[in-house]
Amino acid sequence: MKPEDPSPAEGTLDRRAFLRVALPVPLALLTGSGQGQPGSGQQAATTPTPAPPAKAEPAIPPTYKATEHDYGMGIDPSRCIGCGRCAEACKVENDVPREPFYFRTWVERYVVQTNGQTVVSSPNGGIGGFPAVSETGILRTFFVPKLCNQCANPPCVQVCPVGATFKTQDGVVLVDQDYCIGCRYCIQACPYGARYIDPVTHTAEKCTFCYHRLVKGLVPACVEVCPTQARIFGEVKLRNSPLSRFMRLHEIQVLKPHLNTEPKVYYANLDGEVR
Amino acid sequence: MRQQVTRLSIVFGLMVAALVAARQLLVPKTFGKLGHYRAAAVEEIAARKVRYAGHEACTTCHEDIAKVHADHRHRGVSCEVCHGPAAAHADSPTEVRPSAPRQRGACPLCHGYDPSRPTGFPQIDPVAHNPLKPCVSCHNPHQPEPPRTPEECSACHGEIARTKAVSHHALLTCTRCHETQKQHRIAPQSSRPSKPVDRAFCGGCHARDASSPKEIPRVDMASHGERYVCWQCHYPHYPELK
Repeated sequence: MKPEDPSPAEGTLDRRAFLRVALPVPLALLTGSGQGQPGSGQQAATTPTPAPPAKAEPAIPPTYKATEHDYGMGIDPSRCIGCGRCAEACKVENDVPREPFYFRTWVERYVVQTNGQTVVSSPNGGIGGFPAVSETGILRTFFVPKLCNQCANPPCVQVCPVGATFKTQDGVVLVDQDYCIGCRYCIQACPYGARYIDPVTHTAEKCTFCYHRLVKGLVPACVEVCPTQARIFGEVKLRNSPLSRFMRLHEIQVLKPHLNTEPKVYYANLDGEVR
Repeated sequence: MRQQVTRLSIVFGLMVAALVAARQLLVPKTFGKLGHYRAAAVEEIAARKVRYAGHEACTTCHEDIAKVHADHRHRGVSCEVCHGPAAAHADSPTEVRPSAPRQRGACPLCHGYDPSRPTGFPQIDPVAHNPLKPCVSCHNPHQPEPPRTPEECSACHGEIARTKAVSHHALLTCTRCHETQKQHRIAPQSSRPSKPVDRAFCGGCHARDASSPKEIPRVDMASHGERYVCWQCHYPHYPELK
C-alpha cells in the first residue's frame, strides 16, 4: 500500500496544478479580459475584426441610413436599343472579368419567328452591340436587359450554408467575399442565372446594385450610362421616386413570378416570351 | 458518487468553456449584428472604388457643354455613355483625360439599323450612310439635329435620279414635271406627286411653236405620233435623241 499511496497523490497534485494553469484561460475568454490572463483575452477580441480601416475612413457616410431605403429597378424593354453599354459599364465599375461568361448584367435579344420558335441570344452579354439579324420570318424582335432581381425573398440567401450571402437593410442582396466558401449552392438556387464564381477569388459574385455608389448617392453604373432611360432606379416605397412613377405609369411584370421570389426588378409591358 | 459529479461537471464546464472560446475566436465580431451575416461586409462592399463619376460631377466643371447638351435630343444620354468612365478624371482633371470618340464606329453602336430596336429610334445604315465620313463631321453629338424630311427627291428616288442625271433632262428639276405637295415629304403615300397627263405638256417645250430655248429638239405635234402620248415611246427620265 505504501508504494501505491504517493502515486495517486502525485496524480491529483498534477491534475490540480494543470487545472490551476489551464482553467483561467477559457474563463478569461468567457468573461472578457478583466481577470486571469489579460493577454489571451485581448488577442481573442482583436484578431478577427478589420475594425481599423472602417474607423479611419467610413465607407458609408454617417448621413446614410440603410433602414430608410428600399431599392428597386424598373426596366422598359421597349426603350432598350441593345447597345450593351450597361453591361460594359458594369464590368468596368465592378472589375468583372472580361471573359464573355462573367456578367452581373447583360442584354438579351429575343427573336420571335413566324414559325413559332423564339431565339434568345446574348453575344458577349450585348457588349459592343448585336450582329445583324435577317428580317425575313420574324414576327417580332426586341431586347431585354437582365440582372440580379434583388429578390425580397431570395433563394440564394436561403441556401447559403455559411451566411455569406445576405439581404441588407436597404433590400440589396450582397455576397461577403471573406465569408463565402465557394460551394456554388447559390448559383444553383438562383432562378435568374445572375451569379457566377469569380475566377480570381473563387467566391460567388453578383450584381450589388452598385452598393458602393448607392451609399454615395449615385445611381448604379448601368442606370447612369443607359442612353435611352430603359433602366429606372429608385425607391420602391417612396411615392415621389422615379421608380414609383414608372410603376404607376406602366403595366408591371416581374420575371418568374410563380417562384415567389418577389423580385425588385420590375419590367414594363413585358412580352410573354421573356423568361 | 460526489467525486464523479464534481469531475463530470468540471469536464462539462471545460467543454462549454472551449465551445465559447472557439465561438469567440472563430465567429467575426460583427456577425449577427444586423442579421445572419457579417455586418462589416456591407462596409467593405460600400468601400469599393467608384469608376463612373455620374453626370452631376461632370456638370460642376463643364457647365457650358452641359447647358447646350440639356437643350437637345441627347439630353438623356449622360456624359459617360460616350466619354467612358470619368471618376479618375474628376479626381485629377489634368492628369487623366477621358476619351472622346470621333471615329465612325462609335455612333452606330446606338444608331446603326437593327430590326430589334424600337420603332422610331433614329437609325441609319452604316454601310450606305455617307461611307467613310466620321459622324462628327456633320452631326454635333452634344446638340444633334433631329432627322429632317428629305431635302432632295434623290434621297428616296435614287434610281430615277441617277438615270436622269446622265440624260438630256439632267438639268430639269423633278418638280418641273411633277407637282409635289410638302405633305409628300412627310407622308409619301398620302400625298402623291402629279404626273403629266397629255401630249400638250411635252409640247410645252418640244412643239414647233413653243417659246423654249432653240437647242431643244422640236417635233410637229400634229403629225408626230398623234395617236399616242409621248411617254409611250420616250422615257422622260432618259429621253433618247434621234
